[in-house]
Amino acid sequence: MKSKVAFLPYGIWMLLFTIVPLGLVAYFGLTDEAGHWTMSNLIRVSDYAYVFIKSIWLAVVATVICLIIAYPLAYILSRISENRQRMMVMIVMLPMWMNFLLRTYAWMTLLEGTGIINSLLKIIGIGPLNMINTAGAVVLGMVYNYLPFMILPLYSIMTKIDGSVIEAAQDLGSNNWQVFSKIVLPLSVPGITTGIIMVFVPAVSTFIISRMLGGNTTMLIGDLIELQFLGNAYNPNLGAAISMVLMVLILICMTFLNKMDSEEMEGMLI
Amino acid sequence: MKRKTSGLSKFYMGLVLFFLYMPIFVLIFYSFNESKSRSNFTGFSLKWYLQLFQNDQLLSALMNTLIIAVVSSVAATILGTMAAVGIFSLKKWARSLVMNVTYLPIINPEIVIGVSLMLLFLLFKMEFGMLTLILAHISFSVPYVILNVLPKLRQMDIHLYEAAQDLGCSPISSFFKVVVPEIMPGVLSGFMMAFTYSLDDFIISYFTSGAKTQTLPIYIYSMARKKVNPQINALSTIIFVIVLVILLLINWNDSRKEKQLKLKRREQI
Repeated sequence: MKSKVAFLPYGIWMLLFTIVPLGLVAYFGLTDEAGHWTMSNLIRVSDYAYVFIKSIWLAVVATVICLIIAYPLAYILSRISENRQRMMVMIVMLPMWMNFLLRTYAWMTLLEGTGIINSLLKIIGIGPLNMINTAGAVVLGMVYNYLPFMILPLYSIMTKIDGSVIEAAQDLGSNNWQVFSKIVLPLSVPGITTGIIMVFVPAVSTFIISRMLGGNTTMLIGDLIELQFLGNAYNPNLGAAISMVLMVLILICMTFLNKMDSEEMEGMLI
Repeated sequence: MKRKTSGLSKFYMGLVLFFLYMPIFVLIFYSFNESKSRSNFTGFSLKWYLQLFQNDQLLSALMNTLIIAVVSSVAATILGTMAAVGIFSLKKWARSLVMNVTYLPIINPEIVIGVSLMLLFLLFKMEFGMLTLILAHISFSVPYVILNVLPKLRQMDIHLYEAAQDLGCSPISSFFKVVVPEIMPGVLSGFMMAFTYSLDDFIISYFTSGAKTQTLPIYIYSMARKKVNPQINALSTIIFVIVLVILLLINWNDSRKEKQLKLKRREQI
């Protein structure tokens, strides 16, 4: 097919709406208000190192918890009978279709001082516990919101594991642990890396979950960026510099989780 | 093959489902509460639903969301399908370059995409509103359309397209008669993805909407900031029911198709 003309509109679009905007972020990050080149924004980012460390730490904790919860679930899902599998996967994924603001709001009402968890605890004679506006609440919000992003790639990779391979290993005398560590785990590594990226990236850059569940106690990178563009601290140059650092951070994290090739990405999109 | 689910597995699945659904069910339960309290159930009432339907701000936000979703997903589908066909015919190095740029909006954190588009619209001195929202939504959904259409193009037998031309079709009519039907499933799933992502998007919209135009997620955010607002519970319930019905329909449709396939196969045997 010789249809390069068909590419033209997208080529222009891509230039205008992907490359130019990201170039603008770099430009703002490297200039001052008057438009002179400067490194001062990037240097000022280091003042917020504690925000970066906190964001990365909370996102790592949330990602690990997601992996721990999702891995057995994905395995169980991939091994149930096929006609029930579709239904079960749908049930697991359904909450993901609710807007994440509503889901986060739900936890706000559960965790608050006069919320339902505290009133239940009161009956048993514990509490009231201070749960909302803590770092723990933010991690909980991340886990709750992004868990499906971990389950889905793990599940789709595990359905591809041929059952007869597992049987063969069992026939050859492997015990359950060996089957897991020698077959299931190595074959599911691409799903694990995709899942980690899909949870870590939104978690490390969130600003709503931290604001709704963390109150003013937990300032994350996302909050910091938002403040520079739409908040009181209006300073797009600094905001752009923080965004640049965030982008580089995620790029490093991705190369670290070594390359996701294009085919895996397509598989990830359901 | 072992296909029985053990008791432990069932228990684990139940536990995770409890975690996933409990918050939503609590919201739904309290949406029928007479008082504003979120821990005491004082009596059954539908008043929050009534208030919701009289809430003009909410209804206009809903309208905006639907307009943006329809316009942006149709535009993204057309642009993305053309792009996929174009990319397919590019040379290898150009293709991988374009694909790398296409992945950028998917890989980058949404907040960075939102901020970058905001800077673009500021540069062009565009007024923030419906137009900027639609442009932003098209640009984050086009990659998904491309990624859905490209595999279908790869699976297609290119000789069919050539055969159509050998038999006298013009390149354009053979494209519409041969290629389009082949890639249609990819185009449709790309469209569905673009549509749902547009409906659901908050972060990118937040940076590109300006002060005057609200979409439903932005309105939900402004409601949630006021903390106690039982209208959100009512809204959640409605959205939950809609999502449930749609997913059940899809599921039902899929399993019906599968049954038909199985029947056909049996007949052939």
